Amino acid sequence: MKAWKTLMLALAAAAVMTAAPVPAQAPGTQFIGILGYRVGPYGPNGAAFFTGFIDYLNLVNERDGGINGVKLSWEECETEYNNTKGLECYERVKTRVASGPTAIHPMSTGITYSLLDKAPADRIPLITLGYGRTDAVDGRVFPWVFPLLSNYWSCATGIVKFIAEKEGGESALKGKKIVLLYHDSPYGKEPQPILEAEAKKHGFELKLVPVPHPGNEQQSQWLQIRQYRPDWVILWGWGVMNATALKTAQKVGFPREKMVGNWWSGSEIDTEAAGSDASRGYYAASLNLAGKDFPVVKDIEKLVYGKGKGGDRKLIGTVLWNRGVAAAMITVEAVRTAQGKYGKKPLTGEQVRWGIENLDIDQRQLDKLGFGAMIPTLKVSCTDHEGSGLVRFQQWDGKQWVPASDWMSGDRSLVRKMVEESAAQYAKEKGIKPACMKG
Amino acid sequence: MFYREAGQFKASYAEDQALFPIRQDRIGFIALLVIAFAVVPGIASDYWLTAILIPFLIISLAALGLNILTGYAGQLSLGSAAFMAVGAFAAYNIELRLPWMPALASFALGGLAAALIGIAFGLPSLRIKGFYLAVATLAAQFFIPWLLTKVGWFSNYSPSGVITTQPVQIMGFVFDSPARKYLLVLAIAVVLALAAKNLVRSGIGRAWMAVRDMDVAAEVIGIPIVRTKLLAFAVSSFYCGVAGALYAFAYLGSVDPDGFNLDLSFRILFMIIIGGMGSILGSFLGAAFITLLPIFLDILLTEGALAFNLNLEAGVTSMAQLVVFGALIIFFLIVEPHGLARLWQIAKEKLRLWPFPY
Repeated sequence: MKAWKTLMLALAAAAVMTAAPVPAQAPGTQFIGILGYRVGPYGPNGAAFFTGFIDYLNLVNERDGGINGVKLSWEECETEYNNTKGLECYERVKTRVASGPTAIHPMSTGITYSLLDKAPADRIPLITLGYGRTDAVDGRVFPWVFPLLSNYWSCATGIVKFIAEKEGGESALKGKKIVLLYHDSPYGKEPQPILEAEAKKHGFELKLVPVPHPGNEQQSQWLQIRQYRPDWVILWGWGVMNATALKTAQKVGFPREKMVGNWWSGSEIDTEAAGSDASRGYYAASLNLAGKDFPVVKDIEKLVYGKGKGGDRKLIGTVLWNRGVAAAMITVEAVRTAQGKYGKKPLTGEQVRWGIENLDIDQRQLDKLGFGAMIPTLKVSCTDHEGSGLVRFQQWDGKQWVPASDWMSGDRSLVRKMVEESAAQYAKEKGIKPACMKG
Repeated sequence: MFYREAGQFKASYAEDQALFPIRQDRIGFIALLVIAFAVVPGIASDYWLTAILIPFLIISLAALGLNILTGYAGQLSLGSAAFMAVGAFAAYNIELRLPWMPALASFALGGLAAALIGIAFGLPSLRIKGFYLAVATLAAQFFIPWLLTKVGWFSNYSPSGVITTQPVQIMGFVFDSPARKYLLVLAIAVVLALAAKNLVRSGIGRAWMAVRDMDVAAEVIGIPIVRTKLLAFAVSSFYCGVAGALYAFAYLGSVDPDGFNLDLSFRILFMIIIGGMGSILGSFLGAAFITLLPIFLDILLTEGALAFNLNLEAGVTSMAQLVVFGALIIFFLIVEPHGLARLWQIAKEKLRLWPFPY
């Protein structure tokens, strides 16, 4: 027994010491490192997003034989939505192939912040589709970070605009009371400066109510909200916090028709976990439409799931799964764009960065790719790493998400002004000289 | 064979009280240092340095801090991560407000700030002990991150509450590459670990142990309880504070107060339980077990699934990893409740009589 103990200790020690990542990726492919999460409080959200992401990569390999003949390969590393694990995963996937991991989607504002300094040093672009540091829209200060499609400030001003429309015009906002119920993390704090600016501009009262991570207990917050009697509640949550908010709102009798979520608070996972009825009438902003009525989804069902290469069939067509598909498509198109300049071979992160910065996906291209109206058009430039800024509202009808508005943009000029101010302050702190990168 | 001490006679008090009285230990330790300082930076990849060795050393320092408090002085605490946060934010603010401050000094001042806060939160230990004290130190764990979030000054009014650390520069030498950061962290960890080793052998350490074993008896023999307990809190928090500063400056580069959550405190507590309470080596072994084993299991399971052509979802391997990790914790605690350090001690005793131990 004693000898066995010693042996086990020695084995454990040896095991730890030999733990080294083995570069196992096929050469000649375009490698994509994926920092995913399917475990932990945000696991269900991550599972939907990353299943969609990988399904699309599979589709490109199956249907088109890769990007212009360059096959895709990838590896997913589990971060559990945890910053330190995310960093470990980043370091792990970055060395897998000589050309680097194409582009990283951190899928977490916290991990994005941890990578902000590392990505430029490693020359790996970060695509933070609808999250992350908002002022990274200014590509002159953040050449390696791409908050594509739309950012939190665009979303927040979009929500204000949406509320104004429901109330009957921007002048009707005066004197209204709006609560921001937010996840108490960098993610939840991101919209606050712009909402405060909006409150000042339109004359509504803003109350900030934080919910600690992960957010499965909100009694006191909703008690506060009930006492305050707001006209609208903006929900800025993620994972279990959203369902809890909807359930608790039902319990305290706050009308769900007066609640608007941001795009991380508006998926089937949230509404169904709260109980479909509890969520009926709830609005949420979205970067992409839900549903299966898109040719690309049909292709994935036929060519990926039909060949047994897909993930969980139940996820197809959900908000987050579609978002994963769109995120993968944008990555693939960025590589395709970069191939136009650097040749049809596996590209480095630096070359892909150029591809993202020169990305131009118009409606014709979207139709050709089978996305139709799923996402807005996208045109990226050095000064505008957002590329769209559009957002669309959906409403939960008790069974599914239905569009409740057209693509609309928030207060573009206010967002731009604050982005430039914030980016300039960052540049000053860090000693960065704002400039466009030469491709 | 390896640990036979025949012929090693101690002829003076100095030799008897040496840090490593056995020659093999001395040689082993020096060899380890040489490898860590000279060989590792040359051969280890960036992944090893930034994702494994640096966090391991930093978290070992935090575990060492808690071990001083809990293992040696017997005061149970759940506030280690909060003290790390104090260290990180204090060092950041010192660098921000006093740009001329050398990096090492700001780390030390970050540790001192944590020590002061540690004394404040150690005050309840004068009245309560054991689990009750652990719950009282939870207050630090809730209060400090809340305060750092609430008061914008601490994060220089960053809208998201995240701080981005300044480059680490010592006498004009910038620690920017993984190997340099590793060497910096290693040097600090070695110095502080040796200091801790000496501290626990000194009168102060003996007073701590007396208080741990029975505080009434300690008081009777003339040990000042108040000073001893508060000193334990101060020293422990200092170590945690330095670890926190390094965590921010040499590892993550940007931290938010929520990164130093209760979860991290628990992990540090588990490290010293598994590594060995009241043991310097145990802090390092426990940190290795808790931080490195999951990474290793993850890689092993992922590669294993690839090798056997199992099409597992990434989520499944992560779940399996948690199961195996949990099982290993139970296994180790059943086999050796006194921790990995005790296992090493037993192994050493056996090697003394090798090949016929009893």
